[in-house]
Amino acid sequence: MKFTLNWLKEHLETTAALDEVVETLTRIGLEVEGVENPGAKLAAFRVAKVLTAERHPQADKLQVLTVDTGEGPPLTVVCGAPNARAGLVGVLGLPGAVVPANGMVLKVAAVRGVESNGMMCSTRELELGDDHDGIIELPADAPIGTPYPDYAGLNDAVIDVSITPNRQDCMGVRGIARDLAAAGLGTLKPLKVDPVPTSGAGPEVRIEAPEGCPAYFGQTVSGVTNGASPDWMQRRLKAIGQRPISALVDITNYVMIDLGRPLHVYDKARLSGALVVRKAKAGEQVLALNEKTYTLDESVTVIADAQGVHDIGGIMGGEDTGVSEATTDVVIECAFFDPDHIAKTGQKLNLTSDARSRFERGVDPAFLEDGIAIAARYVVDLCGGSASEVTRAGHAPTEPRSTLYDPDLAATLGGLVVPADRQKAILESLGFLVDSSWNVTVPSWRRDVDGPADLVEEVIRIEGIDKVPSTPLDRVPGVARPTATTEQKLERKLRRTAAARGLNEAVTWSFISEKEAAPFGGGAWRLANPISEDMKVMRPSLLPGLLAAAERNVKRGASGIRLFEIGRRYLADRERLTLGVVLAGDRSARGWQGGKGQRFGAYDAKAEALALLEAAGAPVANLQVMGEAGEVYHPGQSATLRLGPKTVLAAFGMVHPSVLKAFDLDGEVAAVEIYLDALPAKRGTGFVRPAYTPPALQAVTRDFAFLVPAELAAGDLVRTVKGADKAMIVDARLFDVFTGTGVPEGQKSLAVEVTLQPGEKSFTDAELKGVADKIVAAAAKLGASLRG
Amino acid sequence: MTTDLEQLRGDLLASIQAAAGLDAVEALRVHALGKQGAITGLLKTLGAMRPEERQEQGPRIHGLREAITAALAERKAVLERLALDARLASETLDLTLPVDGVPPGSVHPVSQVMDELAEIFADLGFAVATGPEIEDDWHNFTALNIPETHPARAMHDTFYLAGEHEPKMVLRTHTSPVQIRTMMTQKPPIRIIAPGRVYRSDSDATHTPMFHQIEGLVIDKGITLGHLKWTLETFLKAFFERDDIVLRLRPSYFPFTEPSAEVDVGYSVVNGKRVIGGSEGWMEVLGSGMVHPKVIAACGLDPEEWQGFAFGTGVDRLAMLKYGMDDLRAFFDGDLRWLRHYGFSALDVPTLSGGVGA
Repeated sequence: MKFTLNWLKEHLETTAALDEVVETLTRIGLEVEGVENPGAKLAAFRVAKVLTAERHPQADKLQVLTVDTGEGPPLTVVCGAPNARAGLVGVLGLPGAVVPANGMVLKVAAVRGVESNGMMCSTRELELGDDHDGIIELPADAPIGTPYPDYAGLNDAVIDVSITPNRQDCMGVRGIARDLAAAGLGTLKPLKVDPVPTSGAGPEVRIEAPEGCPAYFGQTVSGVTNGASPDWMQRRLKAIGQRPISALVDITNYVMIDLGRPLHVYDKARLSGALVVRKAKAGEQVLALNEKTYTLDESVTVIADAQGVHDIGGIMGGEDTGVSEATTDVVIECAFFDPDHIAKTGQKLNLTSDARSRFERGVDPAFLEDGIAIAARYVVDLCGGSASEVTRAGHAPTEPRSTLYDPDLAATLGGLVVPADRQKAILESLGFLVDSSWNVTVPSWRRDVDGPADLVEEVIRIEGIDKVPSTPLDRVPGVARPTATTEQKLERKLRRTAAARGLNEAVTWSFISEKEAAPFGGGAWRLANPISEDMKVMRPSLLPGLLAAAERNVKRGASGIRLFEIGRRYLADRERLTLGVVLAGDRSARGWQGGKGQRFGAYDAKAEALALLEAAGAPVANLQVMGEAGEVYHPGQSATLRLGPKTVLAAFGMVHPSVLKAFDLDGEVAAVEIYLDALPAKRGTGFVRPAYTPPALQAVTRDFAFLVPAELAAGDLVRTVKGADKAMIVDARLFDVFTGTGVPEGQKSLAVEVTLQPGEKSFTDAELKGVADKIVAAAAKLGASLRG
Repeated sequence: MTTDLEQLRGDLLASIQAAAGLDAVEALRVHALGKQGAITGLLKTLGAMRPEERQEQGPRIHGLREAITAALAERKAVLERLALDARLASETLDLTLPVDGVPPGSVHPVSQVMDELAEIFADLGFAVATGPEIEDDWHNFTALNIPETHPARAMHDTFYLAGEHEPKMVLRTHTSPVQIRTMMTQKPPIRIIAPGRVYRSDSDATHTPMFHQIEGLVIDKGITLGHLKWTLETFLKAFFERDDIVLRLRPSYFPFTEPSAEVDVGYSVVNGKRVIGGSEGWMEVLGSGMVHPKVIAACGLDPEEWQGFAFGTGVDRLAMLKYGMDDLRAFFDGDLRWLRHYGFSALDVPTLSGGVGA
């Protein structure tokens, strides 16, 4: 919402300077977004009179002028404008002035051999309009030497205020003036309402759809001349960025901005029959003033006549019945539209307008009478003509609303002690009525206020929210208690474990493209209104985002890429917390010790998966390595880690080459996903650990080399060996895998180091032989034989 | 005899001193002290001596033996030391050669700042709450006093989920629905913060369609705007670890709070950059207010009995203000160079005793 300081002063009697006005607006909740003085850039241009005009000796199209600047001797100025002539009063830019339209700095310079001491300017050069046919011509009595902005009234600061959606009343200059007056910045001037004399019947109006438009006032003014609006009105409209169109249109815009009261005007000659407020028919079309055609349905309230729809009620008028220069008889519409109704229609048609933004926030329902009177006064004063009587159809919801208020609330809710009489004064200055029992009647223009909390806000914001003293919250005695949940602790521990292992945490978009989601089975959730095709599907996995990030890093020349992310994947049933890892490029760079660089492999992924699961407190030793990691992975180089056959805690392995291709990645990329929501809940066992005394006797190790079928999973053999004697064997570790010389075709050699822990006494030879026999026997069941 | 012994001692000691290697020392030992050795031979003569003679010669011969034994040991030690020195000298490494480092991992600034916030608010008695990001219309809007026709809905640039869902589903536009979920499932008094991802259909250098917010909620008896102000001041002082944090409250509007206030924090300009602290200018950092009675009622609580405050702010923005990043989009790009530069070490765990900043 923009307005100028002088415009504000039409409503506010004040001596306050601009700075004070601006500071107060922000303090009371009308946040100032910008202040600009349009006259500032024209300060170096002044009113000047052409005394003589002679043909330039060197150029046919130029003239040499002598110009009276109001001080000193006349200046010589070269000018190319066809209308330059002796006696003309115009606008002169002196050396040093900057021409707004092109940024040119004026200086004394010879033009075809004649020294020119400035420039006579056109409207366009000063960005005051589009006219560039000649230089500006001012009235002959314009005071020579006056700075042009002073003469033209351009030294009027434009204030841009951000109006929050609850304050429709401040979408008019008068509402802002009322708030400032309440804040002690002056007094609100009485509103001038001077109804014009009326005669004859007003326009015929029928309301058939009162739920959308409960009240409709109309008045005809006949015999108008719709020329340009007066300078003062044009200047104000232009200052706030509104393009003047014609007197009738400008009047509607002016009243809307001045008083927050949207109006509409119809060319009466283009209407046929009564104005009917009704529901649109399905499929009915209207060409609106923005030159777009809208197709309506029965939910839309329209203003129509016998021919068709002429107005999308409260939002935008129709082109066909709009006023023009030829208009002689005009119908003024001042109606009340239901806010919810306007909001729905506006959303449905995706049509915004100044009228809609006011009606949907709720204009003052008690202002129809004054609104149409003020509009008709402007029309008659500026365009002439004679007014009909006012047609008043329906009733606006003007029943006063009141709320019982306890002035203690300012302290008990607002935290600020404000004396009751001061509160009363504040509320009254804002237009509230306060009776002796604190029954507060809300002014008709404050639809947003409907309870005591709202009144507290009014009191606090005017009294000064900055005066509210800080009050400490109560503190539970003693040291603060822990607050993190199990899930948060898990997330934190994993995050820092991953970072400690050399992984870099990324945060990638929750939404990915259809194409990126496809290899992962597509997404269960799609956006109806995505910002782009790249951000359309809620990710079903963390890997697409990480693979895309890896690809960007490769393009930037990164080699060892270790990325992880902790976040949600969005499945049909719910959002699941997940940790994703992508390892791409070089695992280790070439070096003087290790020689060639190494690439990441599936075992790197396994190492990350196990280390992170260990950190998460998962029973890593009991996990089963199984298949079915999914189509995203290399079928022979991927696995799942499960707790029991059904609970999948993680999937890891090399990413399938076809997936890599989809992400524009080459070579080998390893990945891990850990499904944090599948982790078994940690049992709360307190802080005490199980009792433990380190064994007195040293552990014994024995090595076993087995020949096994080539397809036997090493993990199965190790588990079997370890389980051969639960009492003596505490660990079994595979330390060699070998095929080749000495190993028969179709077999491989697996060497396992078994750790045996004696208890009270050292093992006897017989015991050691016994356990060795058990190990060999157990292994034999898997087809393993001791290698000779 | 005496002369012979002295002669022998002198010869042996000279030989030992001159021995060039351990082998030579060993040969001298055998020559002097071995079974056939010169001194061994002398010791054997003692048995045949007369007692008086033995009394005289015994100590001399033994003295000689001890002296030679000691000299041999000393020479051996010297030679061993020389040999070791020579070996070590041959083992010299060029320690300017580079070593393989552990790759530098990092924690994302958003995660780090969320941990910092959790630490600060834990001390104030706030627990951390979470909620879904794919949220229904009721929790995201209606329960927060934003009915369907409310102009505030348009301010939110909401992402809607495709398909027929009943109720309608949106990507949450703020963390405020967690307020609702908390009030509906917990009995007051309530003190929570709710950090997480939020979404708005908006994109430029300071707006991304996804970003992070943190919501705070206190519901109790007798809570006022003064408590809100204190809490925000206290939190910002702890977060920026500065005592010169100045807040400016401005009346504003959020449908779910009444009264509502925007909170500006003062900054100073240091080397051309804005630094939080002081009051040379104001930066908008928080939205806040007293929870609207309608919101409290919508959650099944009695607004006559319970009241409180809520606030919300951007986590990414707090990170930028504290750690000096200037492009929000880089937060979500996953550029390793950026992650390493702006990220945090795994061991930078925010603590109150160590200061939450790193």
